[in-house]
Amino acid sequence: MTEARTELRERFSEAEWSDSHGQDVVRLSREQLLEFCNAALEAGFEVLADITAVDWYRTRTPRFDVVINILSMQHRRRLRILVGVPDGDPMVPSLVPIWPGANFGEREVYDMFGVTFDGHPDLTRILMPDDWEGFPLRKDFAVGAVPVQFKASHQVN
Amino acid sequence: MSDKTIDDPQLEEVDLWVSGTEEAEWDVYSTDEGAQKMRLEETGARLTEQLGSVVTDDYDLDDIISEDERMIINMGPQHPSTHGVLRLQLELEGEMIRRSKCVIGYLHTGMEKTAETLTFLQGPTNVTRMDYLAPLHNELCYSLAVERLLDIEVPPRAEVIRILMTELNRIASHLVAMATNGMDIGALSIMTYGFRDREQILAFFEKTTGLRLNHNYIRPGGVAADLPPGWRADVTDICDTIIRRLADYEDMLKENPIWVGRTRGVGVITADECRAYGITGPTLRSAGVAWDLRKAFPYSGIENYEFEVPVGEKGDVYDRYRVRIEEIIQSVGIVRQAAAAMPKGDFRIDDRKVTPPPRHRIDESMEALIHHFKIFTEGFRVPAGETYVAIESPRGELGCYLVADGTGKPWRMHTRAPSFYNLQALPIMMADSVVADTVATIASLDPVMGDVDR
Repeated sequence: MTEARTELRERFSEAEWSDSHGQDVVRLSREQLLEFCNAALEAGFEVLADITAVDWYRTRTPRFDVVINILSMQHRRRLRILVGVPDGDPMVPSLVPIWPGANFGEREVYDMFGVTFDGHPDLTRILMPDDWEGFPLRKDFAVGAVPVQFKASHQVN
Repeated sequence: MSDKTIDDPQLEEVDLWVSGTEEAEWDVYSTDEGAQKMRLEETGARLTEQLGSVVTDDYDLDDIISEDERMIINMGPQHPSTHGVLRLQLELEGEMIRRSKCVIGYLHTGMEKTAETLTFLQGPTNVTRMDYLAPLHNELCYSLAVERLLDIEVPPRAEVIRILMTELNRIASHLVAMATNGMDIGALSIMTYGFRDREQILAFFEKTTGLRLNHNYIRPGGVAADLPPGWRADVTDICDTIIRRLADYEDMLKENPIWVGRTRGVGVITADECRAYGITGPTLRSAGVAWDLRKAFPYSGIENYEFEVPVGEKGDVYDRYRVRIEEIIQSVGIVRQAAAAMPKGDFRIDDRKVTPPPRHRIDESMEALIHHFKIFTEGFRVPAGETYVAIESPRGELGCYLVADGTGKPWRMHTRAPSFYNLQALPIMMADSVVADTVATIASLDPVMGDVDR
């Protein structure tokens, strides 16, 4: 059951492997990502379960983490890949050629964080309107508020 | 279906109702229907086809529609059969769909952003509004993620209540799937029956949680309230009624020629395509893969219950309908086991960090009052860390990726919505099918737009 993981672990021993609450996590550089994912697919991780990102605005460098959860149905195993992405050049290679199901997930990450995916077939906004400005899930994007008509409110006159 | 094409000279003769019969031998005086019929038979007119008892295609689509006759039409977002606000762009060649694209986001309300402004205890209020047909699964997934970061375990009674409630929710959700699937194909009575039976479950939910939908019942540390008095009779009644009525629905649909004709071989997807596109839940199981997170990665003690994972063979609309019906039966079994095994004890964890003090203590003790106030205003702190928890929702793998930074609010909460990823199956299922099958295919996927757009 653990063969797939040990094989990957030996091959990418220089990557940063860790355990987060009983789950395997590997931190990769952007250059390693495609090679690692191809190897993971061969090792039996046939499903890309989820792709998302985290904005570590003013707390960490690089600013973004792209989080990829992959799943091996045959080995009953999950693996999480974290890829740091700097603010100045928010770009990672697209995983659509490896797992076609990454399509919507990558579009969502682009829509919400402005991280672009090199090689994605149709990298457009998916949830927000096409003419929306800014990336809502970034920490420097305000939550926003609706003016309310209370007596003490000075937002509505 | 006939394999005749437009080049067939015999077919060209019959494009008028009386073609081939308006010859001189047409007897204008025999006006009664019977005499005309016999006359037509003598003249060799193809009456069976003209009267509709034998259906032939009068043209072959692939032959006469050329590339430049492709047409793109929009279906939705306001379309009753798209289950909310799903918009489809269909590229048509005559009646055939060649390519299609889902356009989503009409229900996007930024719930992942909202989650960052709510405390961990307020979180379930937010996530319960995502998949509004399976709100309890959303709450469970979120609560499991928070509990894993807190490194706490809920008491046994809370776990069994969670299983009982989520499996009842699965039954309700699958009943809606069956109902809307029927409605889209034209079986209107199955729609009313499905919603009627779901109502019984929602009434029980209302009794237990106070609300029919959006319960905010499963919370980090346990559940919000104990089961109401008389719950056992209610649950037994629900189980018996569902099983009894399912037999009726089987009679109505299982071998109904119209139903089978509209669903067999429609919207086919293979197991490999499902895996490549991250499609889970009944859609994956209908393609023959016995993959259920309740078996693969058990949560909340679901491994202690006996149930089977029903699978289909062909991966078509009919198989998905069958898988859901079988899953209802399995879930009823789990609910019965849970009701029988319900342990006594607390329904939430006895950890003062997470759980507010009991109501009667607030009247007696100043500290308890302050504690209560603190928990509901500031919330509890969760140690820094990140985790991904996935459970089997009625639509597939529902995941929650939670990042805590040591404060009372999540740094990032992401929901892996099963409907969102499952929508990627639609262009595959609908390629080279006819327009009339579109609604059957969408309904069999059972997407919930609140889940897709979040």
